[in-house]
Amino acid sequence: MMTTDYIGKPTNRVDGPAKVAGTAKYAAEFNVPNLLYGYVVSSPIAKGKITKINAEEVLALPGVHKVFSHENVPSLAWFDRSYKDDVAPGGSPFRPLHSAEVKYSQQPVALVVADTFELARYAASVLEIEYEQTAHETDLSKHIDDAREPGGGKTGYKPPKSRGNFGRGWEQGVAKVEANFQHGAQHHNPMENFATTVEWLGDKSLNVYDKTQGAFNSQQYIMKVFGLSKDQARVISKYTGGGFGSGLRPQYQLFLAVLASLELERSVRVSLTRQQMFSFGHRPHTLQHVALATNADGSLSGINHFAVAETSQFEDFTENVVGWSGMIYDCKNVKLGYRLSKLDVYTPLDMRAPGAASGSIALEIAMDEMAEAAGLDPVEFRLRNYADYDQEQNLPFSSKKLRDCYHEGATKFGWANRNPAPRSMRQGNRLIGWGMAGGIWDSATQPAQAKASLDADGHLRVQSGSNDIGTGTYTIMTQIAAETLGLPIEAVTFELGDTLMPEAPVQGGSWTASSVGTAVRKACQALGEKLLKQAQKMDESAFADATIDDVQFVNGQLRLRTDPDQAVVLRDLVQASGEPRLEAENSKLPGMLGMLKPAQYSMHAHNAVFVEVQVDEELGTIHVTRVVNAVAAGRILNPKTARSQVLGSVVWGISMALMEESVMDHRFGRYMNHNYAEYHIPVNADIHDIDVIFVHEEDDKVNELGVKGIGEVGLLGVAAAISNAVYHATGKRVRDMPVMIDKLL
Amino acid sequence: MNSFTYARPDDITEALREKSIQVETTKFIAGGTNLLDLMKENVERPTRLIDLNRLPLSQIEELPDGSLRLGALATNADTAYHPEVQSRYPLLNQAILAGASPQLRNMATDGGNLLQRTRCYYFYDLATPCNKREPGTGCSAIGGYNRIHAILGASAECIATHPSDMCVALAALGATVQVSHPTGERSIPFEDFHRLPGNTPHLDNNLTPGELITSIDLPAKGFEKNFSYLKLRDRSSYAFALISVAAALELDGDRITDARLALGGVAHKPWRDQEAEALLIGQPATSDTFRRAAAKVVEGAQGQGSNDFKIELAKRAIVRALKQAAEMSEEVNVNVFQNSNP
Ligand SMILES: Cc1cc2nc3c(=O)[nH]c(=O)nc-3n(C[C@H](O)[C@H](O)[C@H](O)COP(=O)(O)OP(=O)(O)OC[C@H]3O[C@@H](n4cnc5c(N)ncnc54)[C@H](O)[C@@H]3O)c2cc1C
Ligand code: SF4
Repeated sequence: MMTTDYIGKPTNRVDGPAKVAGTAKYAAEFNVPNLLYGYVVSSPIAKGKITKINAEEVLALPGVHKVFSHENVPSLAWFDRSYKDDVAPGGSPFRPLHSAEVKYSQQPVALVVADTFELARYAASVLEIEYEQTAHETDLSKHIDDAREPGGGKTGYKPPKSRGNFGRGWEQGVAKVEANFQHGAQHHNPMENFATTVEWLGDKSLNVYDKTQGAFNSQQYIMKVFGLSKDQARVISKYTGGGFGSGLRPQYQLFLAVLASLELERSVRVSLTRQQMFSFGHRPHTLQHVALATNADGSLSGINHFAVAETSQFEDFTENVVGWSGMIYDCKNVKLGYRLSKLDVYTPLDMRAPGAASGSIALEIAMDEMAEAAGLDPVEFRLRNYADYDQEQNLPFSSKKLRDCYHEGATKFGWANRNPAPRSMRQGNRLIGWGMAGGIWDSATQPAQAKASLDADGHLRVQSGSNDIGTGTYTIMTQIAAETLGLPIEAVTFELGDTLMPEAPVQGGSWTASSVGTAVRKACQALGEKLLKQAQKMDESAFADATIDDVQFVNGQLRLRTDPDQAVVLRDLVQASGEPRLEAENSKLPGMLGMLKPAQYSMHAHNAVFVEVQVDEELGTIHVTRVVNAVAAGRILNPKTARSQVLGSVVWGISMALMEESVMDHRFGRYMNHNYAEYHIPVNADIHDIDVIFVHEEDDKVNELGVKGIGEVGLLGVAAAISNAVYHATGKRVRDMPVMIDKLL
Repeated sequence: MNSFTYARPDDITEALREKSIQVETTKFIAGGTNLLDLMKENVERPTRLIDLNRLPLSQIEELPDGSLRLGALATNADTAYHPEVQSRYPLLNQAILAGASPQLRNMATDGGNLLQRTRCYYFYDLATPCNKREPGTGCSAIGGYNRIHAILGASAECIATHPSDMCVALAALGATVQVSHPTGERSIPFEDFHRLPGNTPHLDNNLTPGELITSIDLPAKGFEKNFSYLKLRDRSSYAFALISVAAALELDGDRITDARLALGGVAHKPWRDQEAEALLIGQPATSDTFRRAAAKVVEGAQGQGSNDFKIELAKRAIVRALKQAAEMSEEVNVNVFQNSNP
């Protein structure tokens, strides 16, 4: 493995000072000259059509420029494929302001553009729109029977595979459990609301400052929809105030801002309100059924996991809810099923650990029930059913240190002191419960490009058009580049979030560290080779016969491994070249090769979570007083930013378990708690001790860096472990998330 | 948000005169923490705002009869942390600190707190009918999502709750609201200040549109020895009460000699129950006594579906709050946590 001056060190966030000082600018903060403001009008009805828009009064207000609606949108791209972005599921993507039809509540139906935001907002509030309402269907629980197998079309989605004969496994079982689970819809709600500022540069040329998790995805979308060339559609997104998946697809404010800018030939900003943050993708309301059976020795004789989720009328949003259940434990007889029901809602969207976060709740609560029925400790039960190879794909794991997660997590938590009997631990008025669960998540690597350039002052600038949604991408890429070329971290600048840069995939799926990290490393290595060539051009060069393997980059110098006194300063090599800078690119798409070859390994990160809850039985209040989350995710590039990722995941899991839900009133087909006061996520007072362990895991197969990604895996198991702990405390099993006061009374 | 004109008078007479010009469409603004939100949501659309912040009403002072006067413009934070409040009315201190967040409490005024409007989801969303917002359109919360709605004193027209924590303590303590209007002043006992919805759900209270709250007066008796404010909610802070209980006792040994009991999150007004208080007075401070009082409070309570659980929860919360008040021990406090790391 590589030397480690920086990689694996807890480097502070390189973008921290800019964020703290407020110089980091977000999409709605680019105050370009002569800006107009657009305010979105959202539909009050869930289904029907617009019969009349009376904009006269609004247009008469001084300072109002235009009201855009389906009545006056110019003809745009014709085919569905033009509206499909990189992350689009199968179906026909929603086109804003396309027709009079209303497909879901809060659908954008008009955009009012005015001189100020306040005026646009006021004008939007008095715009008269008449609707003809038709009956809508939004309640998944009433549409389980119409659910059907999803159509394909979403990149990366594979239908779940059953194996063996579950019926026989079930028959054979000596202990069995079977139960239904559910959780409601959840909205990502990153702190930064969605916004786009379009700077009109003349002649249909635009600088688009967009809130997104993928600048190139946004660029492709507007190029196709509005017929723009790459040069006309530069997308910039250097800072993103949280994403969690919500920025994976271009959201409608991008469409609306670009539309208004092109039509009015002016710079335009459209920003959404918090309420409107509930008007697009979400984690879908999901119903699940799990049945498990064990043999006398506690080994699983059968696993059955079935899920039904909502999707929109126009797209089939798919996620892997049940597939993990065929992968994480050893079992011959596995029956999996996944169906979708089309409802009058917007298409769901990947949300942090999509699918797995939902599926693991059901599977891991059922595993706890099964352990109890089989008379085994939950950790012991999982160890007995440990999968040594991936039985779903029939492949060995590239590495799997889940066993170490169980052991190290349990030790740190003090699990051995647990009395298995429910209601056996108490402190004053409070019942205490200990629960655990585990998880598994893909370790993917995607194609990515990067460019590295060293100037005559010895400063290295590395670029890749990726994003940093707060995960620490800026920091770890700077570390990788500094490490690869042996430069002090201050001499390295990493830049991202601009379509003028080399292309990178959307930031999601926990693949940025591995994908962009690999690209950055390769670009720096290519630059290293150039520097070596330059060194070889020197008179009587000590490097004349050296290959790249014979040299090292240390302390800003190129050195011979065998004779470190033979060294040349990198800066001097650039100066000697006569060029202002030396550059190299990783323009090969590294992942492509691997994607064409059949996979040789199953590559996954794992975790085990241990929690303590305290429940005031009389009053039903629950506090998660301790969490230990042990994660095996390959090499940890930066333990500080990685720990923050896992801390955030644990908080997210507490939220899923205890408070988070977009509550819909089906009479209106509308989410009613659509604001931060009523859509609850934890506050500081809800969070107590959280301990993060990174289990040592070396993996030379997953990618060159040995990195698996930690953005999502830490969330898995948290909600299930909490529910399991609540059961241990109270003897009440709650399978319907979130577990709120009323469910414990 | 609509355009509005704005004035910032220096004295009360001027404020009242300004308000009287177009009394129905003019609004006073104090901290703005509730009014501005409602304006952004187009629930309130005043054409003129009278900013009260220059009025000399932020004093907290003791009156000759020993009562404590809280100026209408004293902030919730200054009130909670005022030494007289902390030592003489710790119940009020706890109730205020159970509400909102430090930032909000620094802005929010005592007068504004009384007049904050319900948090009913439908009231805030113009896409749904609401009798409080638009009389005669119907109540969407009935038959809908009503987790935070009333179980006591509701009507077929409205089941909203008053969201304040501070007001629950004020109701228990028996405060008086001092009010000025263009032709004089009047005092309103706290219990008569807020209204039940009846068939006029658009009216939250008995203040007439031209009136200004000048202060809230606390009687001398502050129940500083035995008190408890218990708030149950869906997260530990920054959430409105599902149920809150202000309990205050005066004890002679084990015997209750005086008692106050008020609930928040259960009705259109802070819900003080004097009949339940009467069941406590003269009785021993035991769980049995507390349970009888609790049963009395929820007599006639009615659930609306998603809030059915609040009837049972209210009972348990009352018993717990009374117990906390009687014992004054951290042990029974629902908000104090230690982990049991082995
Ligand atoms: C996110 C959030 C969470 C909150 N959580 C809680 C909570 O948990 N518990 C709780 O109790 N509160 C909570 N609050 C509410 C907060 O306490 C109130 O918004 C605040 O007390 C209102 O005071 P203000 O001075 O800002 O009022 P303003 O918004 O200025 O005014 C409110 C109303 O009172 C009128 N008014 C103000 N002063 C006078 C006066 N002197 N005379 C006549 N009329 C007057 C105004 O015209 C207006 O109609 C929360 C608020 C928010 C935004
Ligand atoms: S409960 Fe009251 S405020 Fe809520 S919808 Fe009904 S009438 Fe409106």
